[in-house]
Amino acid sequence: MNRRIERRIEIVEPGPAALVQDLGRPGHAHLGVPPSGALDQPALRLANRLVGNPEPAAGVEALLGGLRVRAHTSCTVAVTGPPVAVTVDGRPAGTHLPVHLRPGQTLALGTPEVGLRCYLAVSGGLAVEPELGSRSRDVLSEIGPPPLRPGQLVDLGPPAGIPAGADALAPARPPAELTVPVLLGPRDDWFVDPAADLAGYWEVTAESNRVGLRLTRPDGSALRRRPERVDTELPSEGLLTGAIQVPPSGLPVVFLADHPTTGGYPVVAVVRPDALAALAQARPGTGVRFRAVG
Amino acid sequence: MPPGSGPRWRRYGTDAVLLDCASLAEAVAARATVAAAGRDDVVELVPGARSLLIQVRGGERALTEIRELVESADLAHPPATEAREVVLDVRYDGADLDEVARTAGLDVAEVVALHTGAEYTVAFTGFAPGFGYLTGLPEPLRQPRLATPRTRVPAGSVGVAGEFTGVYPRSSPGGWRLLGRTDAVLFDPRAERPALLAPGDRVRFRSVE
Repeated sequence: MNRRIERRIEIVEPGPAALVQDLGRPGHAHLGVPPSGALDQPALRLANRLVGNPEPAAGVEALLGGLRVRAHTSCTVAVTGPPVAVTVDGRPAGTHLPVHLRPGQTLALGTPEVGLRCYLAVSGGLAVEPELGSRSRDVLSEIGPPPLRPGQLVDLGPPAGIPAGADALAPARPPAELTVPVLLGPRDDWFVDPAADLAGYWEVTAESNRVGLRLTRPDGSALRRRPERVDTELPSEGLLTGAIQVPPSGLPVVFLADHPTTGGYPVVAVVRPDALAALAQARPGTGVRFRAVG
Repeated sequence: MPPGSGPRWRRYGTDAVLLDCASLAEAVAARATVAAAGRDDVVELVPGARSLLIQVRGGERALTEIRELVESADLAHPPATEAREVVLDVRYDGADLDEVARTAGLDVAEVVALHTGAEYTVAFTGFAPGFGYLTGLPEPLRQPRLATPRTRVPAGSVGVAGEFTGVYPRSSPGGWRLLGRTDAVLFDPRAERPALLAPGDRVRFRSVE
């Protein structure tokens, strides 16, 4: 046994993709560095509150569940995100509430039936080495800690506060169709009737990831450029999370946290920040309609 | 005036505006103007080839103040910023050096003399962390991208494309015409200053054997 108390967890099984995420590294776009960070930020913040961490502490973002972690120290954990089965050494535990683990106990997530990304917070937070002020893994730039591997030991920081059991919530069930508020612009004037086309039915495709949600339409239609813009090239310009970029195909891409920082296709509209978390949980096949507001 | 109205100022979501600029020089000057104000409510300040994207916390009021700042500035004489001067040592042995020389109607030595003789400015970044689009490229070296991009360009490769020259910070696919290679570390996420090149920095290339 170690004489010094090492606070650690072991990633027994990461599941389809388990990434360390905190609230990201905004402020570096001018260096070509995306903001990154948890895609469903309210879910990570809640998980951190539940275990007594400051909201920006680093946790695990587990795509489609499947994560198993073994405590090497006594710690408090919480799972948030879509409804998912959680067990400790095989016994049902639950989500959206603090769960105590003794050394040697294993927490396991099942596969969520709806939604995409579960969050695991551990008291003290994951103490991996930060890069540019953040512990988030950016899949586009490959900045931040590599995806978690089976058998990996992850250090924890010192536990900071008392777990907040009081604001435990029932998990929200992601809907089969989303209505997403957007503000038109900056390049809505490149398109014929962009508000109406965005308001139609779009579907999330399987090519979506942390960089962006790619959308298509069952009837094959797309956003239409104005005739005078069909052959225009846009000089590269800055991009922000939530930008809806429209390549020449007319099929929109909603940029998420690991988006490129500049791009050469017009952005027709930008998603309101409070609607991004729902998009982070939108599985392929989810219906999306954009409603122009403001 | 609301911060996101008019032909030049375009709304970009709830907390940002995009300024359309007449030229790359104006975009560089607008960026320097906002940067020099040193406002801590500016989250992102992202220059583009003909634009400047400004994201703030603090909403409409902050955006309106920044708009007024830029509108009242003399963009022909932007404020001096803490631009650095960076010299990059390059071995001019790139895979496309002969082709660039042929297209320019020059010999290889003249291409190297032109590329090393100019002073460049980092106009904007993108494509990869630490990749700067450098302006100031002499006219004969302004050449289109390769018709077929390479699947792998080694880190440190120095290339030209259109009005820009630049250095690949890491190995990646790419379509720029390659003149040579530098050993300089363009991007290190653990370093105090992670990117060697930031917008506004001045850059020169020096030929080494």
